[in-house]
Amino acid sequence: MSEVGAFVPDEPVDESRRKFLTVATSATAAVGAVLAAVPFVESWQPSERARALGAPVEVDISKVEVGQMILSSWRLQVIYIVRRPQSLVDTLPKNDSDLKDAKSQYSEQPAYAMNEMRSRRADVLVMIGFCTHLGCLPKQFFDPGDPVLGATWPGGWRCPCHGSRFDMAGRVFNGSPAPTNLRVPPYSFRGETLVIGLDSATAAT
Amino acid sequence: MANEAHSKAASAPGLWGWINKRLPVDAFWRSQASEYYAPKNFNFWYFFGSLALLVLVIQLVTGIFLAMFYKVGATTAFGSVEFIMREVDYGWLLRYLHSTGASAFFLVIYLHMFRAMLYGSYKAPRELLWLFGMFIYLTLMAEAFMGYVLPWGNMSFWAAQVIINLFGTIPVAGPALVEWIRGDYGIADATLNRFFSLHVVALPLVLLLLVALHLVALHEVGSNNPDGIEIKEKKNAKGQPLDGIPFHPYYTVKDLLGAGVFLTLFAIVVFFVPTLSDLFLEKANFEPANPLSTPDPISPSWYFTPYYAILRSVPDKATGALLMLVAVMAFFFLPWLDRSPVRSIRYRGWIYRAFLALFALSFLGLMYLGLQPAQGIYVTLSRIFAVPYFAFFLLMPIYSRMDRVKPLPDRVTFHA
Repeated sequence: MSEVGAFVPDEPVDESRRKFLTVATSATAAVGAVLAAVPFVESWQPSERARALGAPVEVDISKVEVGQMILSSWRLQVIYIVRRPQSLVDTLPKNDSDLKDAKSQYSEQPAYAMNEMRSRRADVLVMIGFCTHLGCLPKQFFDPGDPVLGATWPGGWRCPCHGSRFDMAGRVFNGSPAPTNLRVPPYSFRGETLVIGLDSATAAT
Repeated sequence: MANEAHSKAASAPGLWGWINKRLPVDAFWRSQASEYYAPKNFNFWYFFGSLALLVLVIQLVTGIFLAMFYKVGATTAFGSVEFIMREVDYGWLLRYLHSTGASAFFLVIYLHMFRAMLYGSYKAPRELLWLFGMFIYLTLMAEAFMGYVLPWGNMSFWAAQVIINLFGTIPVAGPALVEWIRGDYGIADATLNRFFSLHVVALPLVLLLLVALHLVALHEVGSNNPDGIEIKEKKNAKGQPLDGIPFHPYYTVKDLLGAGVFLTLFAIVVFFVPTLSDLFLEKANFEPANPLSTPDPISPSWYFTPYYAILRSVPDKATGALLMLVAVMAFFFLPWLDRSPVRSIRYRGWIYRAFLALFALSFLGLMYLGLQPAQGIYVTLSRIFAVPYFAFFLLMPIYSRMDRVKPLPDRVTFHA
């Protein structure tokens, strides 16, 4: 339906030129939009202040008694520090057949904690408390045969959220929703002072 | 017809004409209400759409006022909520309206969704209408979760920890994504601040946009009805559906009655049982956030527990998270999973009826189980209930086609 005074181009429209200009403009705008999104997305990263507060933490463990667990915090991670009785360390190998990752091959820990005890020292266990399932804090059930967990319970932790169970080395038992053992942060000792966030290798440099 | 009405109102004398010449108020009202024809056989199940709108308004108004007193920040949030409860005049009422509104929203939405499943309202040509509704549901879940974190009680903190860690199950990018969402090495002030912004600005805007799209799509295709037949197929000489009645005044009045009954029940909860014995507000959340102690037992709000029960019934993290995601997303595919030639349950055979009944039962069962501690019989039962839940969706292309359907009526069933 043509009307009086309707727009009529003087020359025939160059369709390929129009298409090229439209595509080129849209593509430039799309690239610009993606680049403009970068500052917004990056603003969600941990701030400089949050990063600065992630420095190593020192904890005096001389007063921690045998069988006692204390909590510390490093980079907003809850750190479990346990003075393990030798009796419970000795029975650790018995759990191996019932564990998801007895050798800690798929778990997260520094090389010096990738052993049966999952620690530098047999008597001191240092771990990040967050359950490797969804991050709740497993509760301590250190007594073997605890009435809540049954006569065969060898001692360890149980998560209140989804029921994952861990032994006295933080290794996860079969049938738990947690996929791996509790994580071990980098740490080192200066006498009876525990330094969390610094393994000796870094300390030496 | 709309143009005709437009010109009529626009040529009217006085202020009304002046306005309508510049804004099609009259034409809009006619096309969307007084001359918008809805099926005449709506029943009880058709209250929940308008009720969802009512709850949305309650949440927006109470939320705006709560934001005037709430102080975002890890050191101030908990205290400011107590300040609202104890020292702001009627602050307790604003908060209880908002917290009860959150639960009411899900109750109404679940019943609204179940209505669609009863009468096949998601089937062609209403697939987009259903999808917009599902996006509303997803947005609502995010909105409810972030709102739950704002009081910064101990359940708020640990809910944030668990839910954000779910993103950690994504292969490769997971851990970096979790840190990006939190904005720190753990749940912190940064997390709370961004959740506040999303809860009061971004998600409500998304929600309003989706609701608008949902309504535009609804008015384009017209409502389904309990018989699941198209009223547009039988029209009178004027082009009006024989089985349709104008939305206004017929359904505006009906919905007002529904709103009255709903608000009565709502007020009973707000004034007499605002916590509904830990279901709407949990005791553990009247304790400030404590990063060193997980509440025991921990369970999410009742409207998330069906999915939560599925998540924790799987003894493998990635599979559990994946199954939970599938349990939520499965609803999106209903329009294409359902191969039945009829829409309404009234004309379907016993197979679909049995599957739908089992599904409803398993949804409620999982909802109950998700509120129980994660051990022994509760985990075993969750696994059993998860089977009919997934079977309902997975086997739908088969059983919906096999089912013996009854012949459809010519006109809707209506008893005046």
